[in-house]
Amino acid sequence: MNIIQILFWFLSVVAIFSALMVITSKNPVYSVLWLIVTFFAISGHYILLNAQFLAIVNIIVYAGAIMVLFLFVIMLMNLNKETEPQKNRWLKMAGAVAGGCLLLVFVAALKGAGLKDQEAMVNEGDIGLIKNLGKELFTTYVVPFEISSILFLSAMVGAVVIGKKE
Amino acid sequence: MPINNYILLSIALFCIGIVGVLTRRNAIIIFMCIELMLNAVNLLLVAFSKMHARAALLAGDVNGTAGTDGQLFVFFIMVVAAAEVSVGLAIIVMMYRNIHSVDVNFLNRLKH
Repeated sequence: MNIIQILFWFLSVVAIFSALMVITSKNPVYSVLWLIVTFFAISGHYILLNAQFLAIVNIIVYAGAIMVLFLFVIMLMNLNKETEPQKNRWLKMAGAVAGGCLLLVFVAALKGAGLKDQEAMVNEGDIGLIKNLGKELFTTYVVPFEISSILFLSAMVGAVVIGKKE
Repeated sequence: MPINNYILLSIALFCIGIVGVLTRRNAIIIFMCIELMLNAVNLLLVAFSKMHARAALLAGDVNGTAGTDGQLFVFFIMVVAAAEVSVGLAIIVMMYRNIHSVDVNFLNRLKH
């Protein structure tokens, strides 16, 4: 078991444990903090796969911007207390059983997918570096890139219009 | 690293997100579970991109840019997720302003 496998299993355990803590924490602030831990673990996976640009973008955009936005909204609405009213135990159990069934279906589909001998290239290869990605982004994918700027503009206008007091 | 490990990890994260959406009542936590599912898919896309790169390398690809598309897809998913979060949180703030709660059980009728 070399260092890469140890890192993979460590990051996987951290990601799954903190994802479980996200959905089991009563306090929404703790949920946000555990989700940030999950995102850092996923960024560690990206670094392990040598996708360094995506790792940095994941940390900056998700753990930096989006999670701060979540925390800001939670603090703004004064939800940082343990409020989970009217818990229906059967409904929770039904949700857990449904998710477990979906897990079962996915794993069963994976068994017949014929990907046994395929491997992901770990810790080598330079397709995830910013040089290659930038070249591809500004040549082949330049039109979707510009369209995404229009999407951002419309999202900004939409957020302001929805959020302002009438 | 076998691709099956990454697929199983992504499946686990995705199903945890599904269970969170189905069991929690707080709209913000449901939204966070959706982000978790998006990240599971992102991780799977990056793993598949590296798998594709390795397969192309073994098949004798010289310039070695196979699999770049998968990582750019992840980039665009992040872009769309950022836009989605801004609008979604604005909707949650408006909902809190109207019904003074973020419990989705209070949203079971179309008029307020």
